[in-house]
Amino acid sequence: MSGSFRLAEGGRIDRDRPVAFRFEGRDYQGCAGDTLASALLANGVHQVGTGIRHGRPRGIASAGAEEPSALVQIVKPFPEPMLTATTVELRDGLEAHGLPGQGRLAADPDPARYDAMHAHCDVLVVGAGPAGLSAALAAARAGARVVVADADTEFGGGLLGSGELLDHAPAADWVRRVTAELARGPDVRLLPRTTVFGHYDGNYLVALEDRGPDALTRQRTWHIRAREAVLATGAHERPLVFADNDRPGTMPAGAARTYLHRYGVVAGRRAVVFTTDDGAYPAALDLWGAGAEIAAVVDARPEAPPFWARRCAEARIPVLPGHAVVGTSGEEHVTAAHIAAFDPDSGTIGAADPQACDLLLVSGGWNPAVHLYSQAGGPVAFDGAAGAFLPAGSVPGVHPAGAASGLRTTAQCLSSGAVAGVQAASRLGLEAAAAPRPETDAHPVPKGRPLWRVPDPDTEAPGARQFVDLARDATVADIGRAVGAGLTSVEHIKRFTTVGTGHDQGKTSGTLSTGIIAELLGTDPSEVGTTTFRAPYTPVAFAALAGRERGDLYDPVRVTAMHDWHVGHGAPFENVGQWKRPWYYPRRGEDMEAAVLRECRAVRTGVGMQDVSTLGKIDVQGPDAAAFLDLVYTNMMSTLKVGRIRYGLMCTADGMVFDDGTVMRTGENRYLLTTTSGNAAHVLEHLEDWLQTEWTHLRVHLTSVTEQWATIALAGPRSREVLARVAAGIDLDNAEFPFMSWRNGAVAGRRARVCRISFSGELAFEVNVPWWHGRHVWEALYEAGGPFGITPYGTETMHVLRAEKGFPIVGQDTDGTVTPQDLGMGWAVSRKKADFIGRRSFSRPDTARTDRKQLVGLIPAAGEGVLPEGTQLVETRVLPEPPVPMLGHVTSSYRSAVLGTPFALALVRGGRDRIGQTVYGHVGDRLVPVEITDPVFYDKEGARRDG
Amino acid sequence: MMLIPCPWCGPRNEVEFHYGGQADVACPRDPDAVSDAEWARFLFFRANPMGAFTERWMHRAGCRRWFTVRRDTVTHEIRPVGAEQERAVTV
Amino acid sequence: MTADLYGASPLAARADALARHSAPEGVQGVRIAEVPFTAQVALRVDPRGGAAERIGTALGAALPGRPGQVARTDRVLVLGLGPDEWLVVGSEGTAPELQDTLTAALDGAHGAVVDVSAHRTIVRVSGPKARDLLNTGCALDLHPRVFGADQCAQTLLARAAVILLCRETDPADFWVFVRASYARYLADWLIDATEFDG
Repeated sequence: MSGSFRLAEGGRIDRDRPVAFRFEGRDYQGCAGDTLASALLANGVHQVGTGIRHGRPRGIASAGAEEPSALVQIVKPFPEPMLTATTVELRDGLEAHGLPGQGRLAADPDPARYDAMHAHCDVLVVGAGPAGLSAALAAARAGARVVVADADTEFGGGLLGSGELLDHAPAADWVRRVTAELARGPDVRLLPRTTVFGHYDGNYLVALEDRGPDALTRQRTWHIRAREAVLATGAHERPLVFADNDRPGTMPAGAARTYLHRYGVVAGRRAVVFTTDDGAYPAALDLWGAGAEIAAVVDARPEAPPFWARRCAEARIPVLPGHAVVGTSGEEHVTAAHIAAFDPDSGTIGAADPQACDLLLVSGGWNPAVHLYSQAGGPVAFDGAAGAFLPAGSVPGVHPAGAASGLRTTAQCLSSGAVAGVQAASRLGLEAAAAPRPETDAHPVPKGRPLWRVPDPDTEAPGARQFVDLARDATVADIGRAVGAGLTSVEHIKRFTTVGTGHDQGKTSGTLSTGIIAELLGTDPSEVGTTTFRAPYTPVAFAALAGRERGDLYDPVRVTAMHDWHVGHGAPFENVGQWKRPWYYPRRGEDMEAAVLRECRAVRTGVGMQDVSTLGKIDVQGPDAAAFLDLVYTNMMSTLKVGRIRYGLMCTADGMVFDDGTVMRTGENRYLLTTTSGNAAHVLEHLEDWLQTEWTHLRVHLTSVTEQWATIALAGPRSREVLARVAAGIDLDNAEFPFMSWRNGAVAGRRARVCRISFSGELAFEVNVPWWHGRHVWEALYEAGGPFGITPYGTETMHVLRAEKGFPIVGQDTDGTVTPQDLGMGWAVSRKKADFIGRRSFSRPDTARTDRKQLVGLIPAAGEGVLPEGTQLVETRVLPEPPVPMLGHVTSSYRSAVLGTPFALALVRGGRDRIGQTVYGHVGDRLVPVEITDPVFYDKEGARRDG
Repeated sequence: MMLIPCPWCGPRNEVEFHYGGQADVACPRDPDAVSDAEWARFLFFRANPMGAFTERWMHRAGCRRWFTVRRDTVTHEIRPVGAEQERAVTV
Repeated sequence: MTADLYGASPLAARADALARHSAPEGVQGVRIAEVPFTAQVALRVDPRGGAAERIGTALGAALPGRPGQVARTDRVLVLGLGPDEWLVVGSEGTAPELQDTLTAALDGAHGAVVDVSAHRTIVRVSGPKARDLLNTGCALDLHPRVFGADQCAQTLLARAAVILLCRETDPADFWVFVRASYARYLADWLIDATEFDG
């Protein structure tokens, strides 16, 4: 291709700032202000890639976001898969190549930053064309907080590409004036390069801002809550469907006009214009005015519009009404359009006559971009005259305007935008008036006649080369097959043919396919309707949606006051909810099993310490606190004496175990509850629910104090001696300070509450100090325990120790289908209380069954290893034919130092009656014999808790 | 993103709330006086209408108060109901 | 000495990372600093009863009538958190006397007074770009006309539940109350957020 297609002057590009870029391995030059597509066209390059199914050459088929075919992979400055050449801003050093319909993700991680911003406004204006700018101006002048977002690099929308005059001057002058006034507004935010891609409930709109190469963040996701939204999103020109309509060099007439006026590019030397709509005529005349030869304007309608026919006659452009382009020639580029006489009423075509051309402009009318309106819940309806789906009905606070509402002239768009801006402001109680509308060209309102497809002269495979969706390579023949297979729903046909499922989501093909389906079914497009306009409007990278919530900031990490000590002592961490809890503390050369066995032995024979600050803590106060706790726990709390502690079990109303912990009575009308670490927020919500909505008569207040206290468990036969060294003021004697009681006093010089609670069965204390002192007191205890070989232990050891005692962990040994009785904890269920949450459910037939799954212990046969948690249990040594009756599964499983064997807890059908029996665990492809035992493996008498 | 009117904190984004399902499902005053079937109905059965639905929300990230709204399950239009309505505040 | 009396604040471990951000000029127009060890007392009481009135008298300012409002005296800030819930914030070391004052004013009426001084710490976010920075992770409308001085809100900042207090609007000065276990996450998130451009 020789020579440049760039005009010497005109357009909004900067010829003094050349931009070097590389495409398909060849070096080219464009200008600042170009898109990749306009720069390619300026260099005479039309073919960008190939079609996804048939590999046919594909070119540039639009000048905007609706582009169905010009897909490129960006190589530099940073790898990006599958963008449209029409929306890639040309930058120095850009390197790209075309794609065969789909891209590839880069192998390297994306180092760019993406972030998010929340914004609020009175009026969000989407689209900064004539309608959007008029709306924004009216709203801003009324004093509204306004945000204007537009996908393009500069405001102006269609005005930038139409060459029109406003107030007898280039329209861009008006755009510049309005934009400047808006920018001066104290409460106006202008967002160019920003695509609003989703319209969600309550006028919550989400947009993606491209922030350019110099910004710290590559893209920003805007979350905009607007009281009113003006949707001035414009319209997409509809292509026409005829044989071989996919050849590069074929594009909508309006796109060619945009390339001319916006970028100073004449997309071809000799053009054929094929239209069913008046709108193509000014495009033809503009190109003619720029020096292109117009071989013919082929109008499928029986008569050409008189106003435009006259203008064409003046320019000696042949106009052929009652004709159609029925096919094309060419390989990588269109070389001729085949023109035939055509009667749109009967559908008959005459013999085709090839007309040489290197540019084929088409116009089948315009589809308003109703995507956001539809997402907002707005109904759309087919308009026969426009041949398109237009916004219908109304949505409070949502105002479609301009071309998006089906209007065609600049004057109409300016007016409707101003009206929308005034309406939006008025709904907010602001006094608004439309600014005087600038004077526009006095052209008649364009009219069109929908034409869904041109008859195919190819009678052997009709429709097979008539492309409806270039992105998916879907043809009229494909739709014919779908309808022939009996499909009638547009949604089903979409899935059958994949029409509208490409990267462009059918922006140019959607209405066409509806029209073709209607024709094939012999019905009206209004009966067929559209597919759903789903967000996002244009593709959005996952990285942009993730924003800064990646890596270490992906989710909050909660740490205790002693966290850095655990890190310093080499502990790996276990995630418990969002908490990081030390898992175990390996010594040099130790693996996890060795470390856990050592930690367990230390607690059983000496003394260990654990950070248990993560337990949830709730302060309960009020004259009815005791009555309230009697209702929410299965056991009795009102009889607890001040200074004492009781284990408590909570169920939900269906009788299933929900949480457990300790209840400490700290005053006559005051308690402190603990919850499991991961469930603290849920417990508080559950309690507030009953308190606020069911038992409103109870005078009780709940306050979360989880992080007020750092809590250290000191466990093992030597724990009393260790504590005594730093808590001289507290009498630690068994008689004075019995099991399940608490005392206030000083520990390591800090105000503390010490509890005698044991989760291991050993003599144990829990020391609570204000969070700030956690690290100090932890270190003081560690030091005091030095002579006793005090051993810090993690969650794994804690789990082994409690499992040896048969203590279940809610959420590990239970799963929301387990009652207290199933756990063998009927002792914690009061028979004296009149009622409590869950009580009634215990007598439901299903809950009262005796063959429910029950918590039991398991000992694998000698020589077997630790059973994997989750292991399924079966009755027989050999698996029977499926379905295999399952007895239950392993919920907790460890190796025990004191037992000298692996052991496990399991939920087993009718388990308590099976104690002593052997069942089989399905491990890999083996069945491992295991003996069912009592769940309490160690110190059944509870002799060790007093030391 | 629904904008849910907390009667105390004003309208807030849906992510700040915990959903509580159908409102006005009263716990039987005397659980022992109802049959197993009636109890099961209280526990497990909830309406799922297309259109207006009276439902509960709790402002988890805010004041932690439970409240009731009427939401159209088709349009997601939300109107406050109940005593809180009179006390409604806006931020 | 503070360190002995109060041990380590939740963000003591982030002192180095915060040092540059805590300087008066801040980073990217935002200053981030911990305000540790303030006295914080949770108060629950019926706002319509005599006890609420007595507490107002004892504090020197009526309890704010609506959540989101803040009362200010020389001694304390009182943040309205719920219809019958407030957070009373005083200077370092005053938690015991605040509790005594509130308990005495309750005078046996139903209510709750709980020391939560260590439960949350405060991160001060101030400077001309503070509002924008907070809005990168907070969905509230922080426009000075909407969320002005002496207004507070319980909401989400990034993925942490916080109490946001606007102290001044020009230049913007916010206190972010965050639970101690989330403090490092939030500080890291805020520091990361300063790598932005408005």
